[in-house]
Amino acid sequence: MKKIAVLLITIMAFVVAQAGNITMKGSDTMVQLGQRWAEEYMKSHKDVTIQVAGGGSGTGIAALINGSTDICQASRDMKPQEYNNAETKGIKPYRVAVALDGIAVFVHELNPVKELTLEQLKAIYTGSITNWKDVGGPDHVIVLYGRENNSGTYAYFKEHVLKNEDYYEATQTLPGTAAVVNAVGKDKYGIGYGGLAWAKRVKFIAIKNDDKSAAVLPSIKTVTDGSYPIARDLYWFFNGTPTGALKDLLNWALSPEGQKLAEAADYIPLPAEMAAKSVIK
Amino acid sequence: MNKYKFKPKSRFKELIGEKLIAIASLSALAVILLIFIFIFKESIPILTSPEVQSEAGLNKMILKQQFYPGHQPKWSWQPNSDVPKYSLVPLFIGTLKAAVIAIIFAAPLGIAAALYSSEFASKRIREVIKPVIELLAGIPSVVLGFFALIVLASAIQKIFGLTYRLNAVNAGIALGIAIIPIVFTLAEDAMTSVPKSLREAALALGANQWQVSFTMILPAALPGIAAGVILGFGRAIGETMIVLMASGNAAIISYSVADSIRTLSATIAAELAEVVFGSAHYNVLFFIGSLLFVFTFIVNLGGELIMVRLKEKLQGKTR
Repeated sequence: MKKIAVLLITIMAFVVAQAGNITMKGSDTMVQLGQRWAEEYMKSHKDVTIQVAGGGSGTGIAALINGSTDICQASRDMKPQEYNNAETKGIKPYRVAVALDGIAVFVHELNPVKELTLEQLKAIYTGSITNWKDVGGPDHVIVLYGRENNSGTYAYFKEHVLKNEDYYEATQTLPGTAAVVNAVGKDKYGIGYGGLAWAKRVKFIAIKNDDKSAAVLPSIKTVTDGSYPIARDLYWFFNGTPTGALKDLLNWALSPEGQKLAEAADYIPLPAEMAAKSVIK
Repeated sequence: MNKYKFKPKSRFKELIGEKLIAIASLSALAVILLIFIFIFKESIPILTSPEVQSEAGLNKMILKQQFYPGHQPKWSWQPNSDVPKYSLVPLFIGTLKAAVIAIIFAAPLGIAAALYSSEFASKRIREVIKPVIELLAGIPSVVLGFFALIVLASAIQKIFGLTYRLNAVNAGIALGIAIIPIVFTLAEDAMTSVPKSLREAALALGANQWQVSFTMILPAALPGIAAGVILGFGRAIGETMIVLMASGNAAIISYSVADSIRTLSATIAAELAEVVFGSAHYNVLFFIGSLLFVFTFIVNLGGELIMVRLKEKLQGKTR
């Protein structure tokens, strides 16, 4: 009996200790952002521990629905079926945009192609343009790189650039944007896409809305002012309106201090009025 | 002090110990059975639920489908499309391509190494070769995959001048490295367990070492070598991390080894984390899991049976 009592007390003590423990899970694109925020927040709030994990937006949403995470980081909205699943499990998803992200399209440093229209980009990724010479490059097959279909980036790109058409089957899908950047960095005829924060050591392509509009390179400025066409919101999902420590964390992330940190981590801060509107009173 | 150190104190305690060990060994069996039941159960809707079948029936997974009016019918794996496409044919082709290349790469190397180690190498060299090759089996597959992704892929592309960096050859060779130890170990065991009497008889008849090795040891150990190759093939079919990283994961129908491939195992690994619980896609992934389970089970069983036959043969038992 005594042993059981000791065990119970230990378990209870563990549960109490967990009260200040926040778990954050989801989008690989947002892992760095979450970690940066968690580190800074924990410095000023010694009683709170925040654990940040990746796995993909879908993984995070599934975790939120299963109740195994407090905050789900997602680079896409939940799908209707996911909303339904949440409802049947009694979870009420509460969505807040916490930062912006531009999706950069990049090629090898030595590729002469500098700009593409959205139309050309779609044609390349759906397989109707397969040679670089059709878009002003060398006469060579275009080698397509993309993300696995558990990625929010994959879904966003498919919806907004491919207009929901299928990716060309020869698209090589790699786990993680870092792998895509790495692959394109090693492939003279490669093209890839990914979050702005990740894309280093490759050449960005300037994107044009159509033939007549100006080509815009992705940057913090062009994404915030809306001139770069392939940009998206990055979300936090909670179960119900956050209260207590979660609310405090969210409001801090939306504060100018939190947004400045996002910018320092190469993400794109929300326009000030948008951030102010999302703060929970 | 008790004079008889190992005298059992109580028959009852011994009995309990025996039962505990029995339970431990049976639980391993039960776990395998439970895994199979669970995986199989999750794939059953494909055979029973009309709702799932309308999206991903067996015919849709195997036969060419016409997805859009006016388009050619084709095999296509695009589960996240507006019109979900669940053809397993590109995945089968990818899996077979990788596994066959792996075995073509690993079998000659593994068998040659085994022959050298068992017949030609001096005792000292053998004591180095054997553990080192067997150590290769301990390399985590994610490390091999990473090596293939970063180093091997660039080297192969440069040597053969290939269009695609990540392709079937790259994945196959990386897989081959992973299965060399399996082929080597089993082939070597088979060769060294060829009875000394046979060897001595051949030498006494005037055969030199090459003749002994090639006309006597190799044929006698053939079942063991075959078992090694078959078990290695089974491992290559099921191996996941290496192909996920090194193959490019493009589900295309192509018989060229220079193109990217997507395998059954990598598809499960890449997509199961995202899939909506209970959807047709979810069931299809478990169905692929069941297929892999059954397939590797049959292959391993075949390998084991050959091993049993070999032992009987070498012990002089006849059927």
